[in-house]
Amino acid sequence: MVRQHDPSGESMSIFDALLSALLAIRAHALRSVLTMLGIVIGVAAVIAMVAVGNGARERVNAQIQALGANLIIIIPGAVTMTGARMGTGNAATLTDADAAALQAEVSQIEAAAPLVRGNVQVVAASANWGTSVVGVDLAYFIARDWPVVKGREFSEEESRRGGQVALVGATVARELFGENDPVGQQLRVRNVPFEIIGLMGPKGQSTFGADQDDVVLLPLQTARQRVVGTSRAKNRSVNQIMVKVKEGEDIAVAEEEIKRLLRQRHRLMDGRDDDFSIRNLAEIQATRAQSAQTLAMLLLSVAGVSLLVGGIGIMNIMLVSVTERTKEIGLRMAVGARPGDVMSQFLIEATVIALIGGLIGISIGMIIAVVVANTAGWPLLIDPEVVILAFVFSGLVGVISGFYPAWRAARLDPVEALRAA
Amino acid sequence: MNVEPLIVVSNLTRIYTMGEEKVIALAGVSAQINPGSFVAVMGPSGSGKSTFMNLIGCLDQPDAGSYRLKGREVAGLKSGDLAATRNREIGFVFQQFNLLQRVDALANVELPMIYAGIRAKVRREQAKAALARVGLADRMTHLPLQLSGGQQQRVAIARALANNPACLLADEPTGALDSKTSLDIMALFQALNREGMTVIVVTHEAEVAAFAGRVIRFRDGKIVSDEVQAPRDALEALSAHGEAA
Repeated sequence: MVRQHDPSGESMSIFDALLSALLAIRAHALRSVLTMLGIVIGVAAVIAMVAVGNGARERVNAQIQALGANLIIIIPGAVTMTGARMGTGNAATLTDADAAALQAEVSQIEAAAPLVRGNVQVVAASANWGTSVVGVDLAYFIARDWPVVKGREFSEEESRRGGQVALVGATVARELFGENDPVGQQLRVRNVPFEIIGLMGPKGQSTFGADQDDVVLLPLQTARQRVVGTSRAKNRSVNQIMVKVKEGEDIAVAEEEIKRLLRQRHRLMDGRDDDFSIRNLAEIQATRAQSAQTLAMLLLSVAGVSLLVGGIGIMNIMLVSVTERTKEIGLRMAVGARPGDVMSQFLIEATVIALIGGLIGISIGMIIAVVVANTAGWPLLIDPEVVILAFVFSGLVGVISGFYPAWRAARLDPVEALRAA
Repeated sequence: MNVEPLIVVSNLTRIYTMGEEKVIALAGVSAQINPGSFVAVMGPSGSGKSTFMNLIGCLDQPDAGSYRLKGREVAGLKSGDLAATRNREIGFVFQQFNLLQRVDALANVELPMIYAGIRAKVRREQAKAALARVGLADRMTHLPLQLSGGQQQRVAIARALANNPACLLADEPTGALDSKTSLDIMALFQALNREGMTVIVVTHEAEVAAFAGRVIRFRDGKIVSDEVQAPRDALEALSAHGEAA
C-alpha cells in the first residue's frame, strides 16, 4: 500500500465531517428529532406569523388603496387635546361653500366632494332594504375613483338642480332587484320616487369592515331636501367633505392648506380650536403599521425564546452524546483525530441538527402560512429574506449551543476516553 | 546488524497523581525496538505495561525521559502533533475491537485515512486492499454487528494497517476471542510481521507472548526481563488445535 495524502493538507474534509454528522444523527433519529423540536417550533412560528402578518397588512393596504391613499376626510366638529371627539359629524359647521372654496383655492386638491348621509329604508316594487343614502355631487366620483359600471352618472343639471335620480351600489341592487337589471327601475326613498340611472362597480369591504356597496347615491341637493332632513337644507351644511389630493402632492401640505383656509372661512381666531377635523387614510395606515410592528416585536421575542429553549435542548443532548460516545471519541483520537477534528465533529453535528430543525420549521411555517392565507383569502406573502434569516439563525443557534459540548469532547484525554465503558 | 531502531525510549517516567498520593506508573524505563520485530509486552495489571503502551502509542506524554520514534523526539509534542503522529505511525488494535457500530467495515477502515485528509476515492481503494489483506474481501459492506468477533478484530487490524503505519500496537488483541480465533489473529500478526510490519502486542497471557520473537516483562513500573526467543508458529498451533478438536 502506498500512502497518498491529499495535497490540500492533513485534515478531515468538511464533506467527511458532514457525512459523519448525518450518520450520527441518523443513529439516534428519534432523539435528534425531539432535540430539533424547539428550533422547529420557533422557526415555524416566525415563518408563519411573518407571512400571516404580511398578508394581513397587504390586504389592509389594498383596501386603503381601493379607498384612495391620497384621500382626506374633513368632518365637522373639533378634536380636543385628549383626542376625544366632541359632536363630530353632527355639528353644522361645514358647508357646500367650504367644499367649493377648497376646490377653487387649494392647488393641491383634485376634487373636494361635499356629502350628506343618512340611513333609511328604501323601497322597490317588491322589496325593501335598509341602507345608507349618500348625497353627493359630481366631485364624489372623482374623489372616490368609483366608476359607474352600468347606466350613467348624474348629469351636471341633475347634480345642480337636485334631480330625482339615484345610483345604487351592488349590494342594494342585489337586495332589491336580485338578478334583474336595476337601471331604469323605480326606487322610493321616504316616499319620494327616484329613477335608478346607474349601477356602481363593486368596492367590497372597507378598511373598517363595512360593506361599501350597500349604498344609494343621490344628488346632494335632493338628498338634503328630501331624505336627510331640512335642517341641513337651510344652511347647506354637509356631513363630510371628501378631498382627493392630486397625485404627487404632499398630503401633509394639503392638510395644512385646508386647515388654514377653513379656519379663515369660519373666522376662527388664533387660540380657538378648529370646528372641524381632518383625517387621512395615510394616518390610519401609519397607525396600523405601528401595531403591525408591535406584533412583529412580540413574535420576535416569542421566536427568540423558543430558539433559546431549542438551543439549550441541543446543548443538553450534545452533552449527553459526548458522554455516551466517549469511547468513540477515544478511538477517533487514537486513529489520529486532533482536538480540532473532534471539536468540529460535534460542532457540525449540533449545527446540522439545528439546520435540519430550521428547514423542518420553515416547511411547517410555510404550510401554516398557505393554509391561513387560503382560509382568510389574502395574498400569500413569504418573504425570502425572512426564510434565509430563519435558516441562518437556526444554524447560529446550533453553533452556539454546540460549542461547549464540542469543547468538552475535544478536551478529553485519549487514554481516559478509550478506557470509558 | 546496523539497523536504525524504530523506537528508542530512555528513562521514560510517568507519574499519576491520585488525590494526595503519587503513583509511579513507569519509573525510568529504557528500551529499543527495531523495525520488523515482533515484541510481546507482558506483566500483571499495575506493572506499567499499559502505561508503556500508551506512551509508545503517543496517546500519553511522559513526565520525564525521552521517546524517539523513527529518530524523531515525540516527548513534549503538542496534542495536535501527537494526534498526527498516531495517525501516521501507529496502528492500534484493541481488546474490544472499538469499531464504529453504525458504519460498515469499509467505513471503519477508512477512518484513520479520513483524519489523514486522504481523498475519498483513494481511501476507498486502500480500505478495500486492507480488508482483502486481512481476509475479509467478501465482508466489506457488513456492519460490525453482522460480523463474528474474529472478523471484527480483523476489521480493526485492517483499520490499523490503513495508513501504512510504522508499527502495530495491539492491546490484549485476543482477550475477547476464543482460543481458535485467537490463533487465527496471532497467525495474521505473524504474517504481517513476516511482510516487514513491526508488531507490539501487550498481553498478560504467556500463550500469546509465545508467538513473539522478543518478550519484555514489566513489574512495578520497571522492565524486569527482556528476552529474545524463538517464536511459536501460529499456523502450526492452529493445525494442532484442529487435530485436538
